[in-house]
Amino acid sequence: MDVSPEASTAPLVTSLTARTLAFPRLVNWRRPALRLSSVGFFFAAWHVVTTRRWELYVRFQNVPPPAQVLEDAIELFSSAPFYVHILASLERIWLGFAIATVLGVGLGLLIGWFRLAADTLLPLVELLRPIPAVAWVPLSIMLWPTELSSIVFITTLGAFFPIVLNTVHGVEGIDRQLVRAATSLGAGPAAIFREAVIPGALPSIVTGLSVGMGVSWLCLISAEMISGQFGIGYFTWLAYGIVKYSHIVVGMLVIGVLGMLSSALIRLIGARCMPWLPRTER
Amino acid sequence: MTDRPTGRIEITDLGVAFGSNGRTVEAIRRFTLMTTPGEFVALLGPSGCGKTTVLNAVAGFVDPTAGRVLVDGELVTRPGADRGMVFQQHSLFPWKTVLANVEFGLKMRGVGKTERTSQARTYLHLVGLAGFEHAYPGELSGGMQQRVGIARVLVNRPRVMLMDEPFGALDAQTRLTMQELLLGVWREVRTTVLFVTHDIDEALFLADRVVVMTARPGQIRDFVPVKLTRPRAAEVIATSEFMALKARVFAQVREESARGLGPRP
Repeated sequence: MDVSPEASTAPLVTSLTARTLAFPRLVNWRRPALRLSSVGFFFAAWHVVTTRRWELYVRFQNVPPPAQVLEDAIELFSSAPFYVHILASLERIWLGFAIATVLGVGLGLLIGWFRLAADTLLPLVELLRPIPAVAWVPLSIMLWPTELSSIVFITTLGAFFPIVLNTVHGVEGIDRQLVRAATSLGAGPAAIFREAVIPGALPSIVTGLSVGMGVSWLCLISAEMISGQFGIGYFTWLAYGIVKYSHIVVGMLVIGVLGMLSSALIRLIGARCMPWLPRTER
Repeated sequence: MTDRPTGRIEITDLGVAFGSNGRTVEAIRRFTLMTTPGEFVALLGPSGCGKTTVLNAVAGFVDPTAGRVLVDGELVTRPGADRGMVFQQHSLFPWKTVLANVEFGLKMRGVGKTERTSQARTYLHLVGLAGFEHAYPGELSGGMQQRVGIARVLVNRPRVMLMDEPFGALDAQTRLTMQELLLGVWREVRTTVLFVTHDIDEALFLADRVVVMTARPGQIRDFVPVKLTRPRAAEVIATSEFMALKARVFAQVREESARGLGPRP
């Protein structure tokens, strides 16, 4: 009956030293310079292959050069319709991700902690999970009355599975000794759930949210390209249709930047919620 | 909570068996032990002898298959703050600060924020951790974490403090410091302590009475009263009185360890 020491908390102590060691590296200019020159090289290569209209096996003659993309981007950003597309996508992402977070974290906590919930819900989750969210698009259009609701449904679906599974995983990984400690300090079932299960699963939940955010962008753009009349995904696909090739690239870059910003936001919120984790583990 | 005297443990004919796949393993057999309020009792025996199981039965973590455990006349049926446990290691809530960890039991009882902070600070001071209130457990050394574990139990003013090899994971120097600290704290609070260890020196240095256990299934082999004067300092282990007790216990533990390793029936 001797409870073996739980190994999972050990890295907390060791990475404290990593945090203090990491500081002097900020003074070093070499790594930022290297990173910047890597991005610079990419743009230079892009410029060369498109202005010289290289035709290797890959054909660059219709690809717009960076200068033209920049010019068109400035024009787009000074016109109102472009913002309509961006705001439409942001609204769908926000709604879909918020619904997926509430459902995924809620159900994940229940499935992870209560056997009855696991037996009734987990088979369904496992059955539906292998179907890519994009494959739901036709059915979603039939199910939901508006474009917004059907695309939000796809976005929710995409984010839901990584969130729910990571939450379940987090709850299952909770150190049983902490639960014992809580009971021997007078905690009842509700207090154990609130004080030990939820914070214990939080690191894993944040990982799920981070992955879920990436997947929900993927699903949003796909759904917009297939069935949208607004949105940055629709804009990008439309640009191909009306032969505005530089707009394709602007759309792609906007999607990239928005995806990056939303992931950064999740990481920031995660770090705020878990001040006990050393910086390197957040 | 009523004040002293509390902390009378009555373990009568305790038997605990664990079953898995139709095979049952008997961890404890016919274990009987009575403590007086405020007594410091050490359970000593070879590893795997079931001493932790006795502790878990008093804590309410495992159900007896035979016999019963009473604490102050009340039958133990489930875990409770009146029988707080200090674990070997890694049992603090990593997401709570030191202060919040110590406040936990009071919060569970519905004590108001101001009152529980003040009480928690008192016990942190008692274990020498004043000034570390806002640190997280991951930022503390192993010895400091165990001191938080002790404060977290004592703040509930338990009838019994259960300690499961609490210093087993610490280095020798820290372990000695912690043993002295524990005796100092215990002199202040005078709660009954049930302390599991396989370290003979530790058991004799700390306890009023050492219970030597047999190899599995764990039964009581000997009660050894330790009449060394208190307060005890580390130097006591060099006295002839201590040596004599150690020789007696050492022979028994060695025999049981050998039995535990030998062929089983």
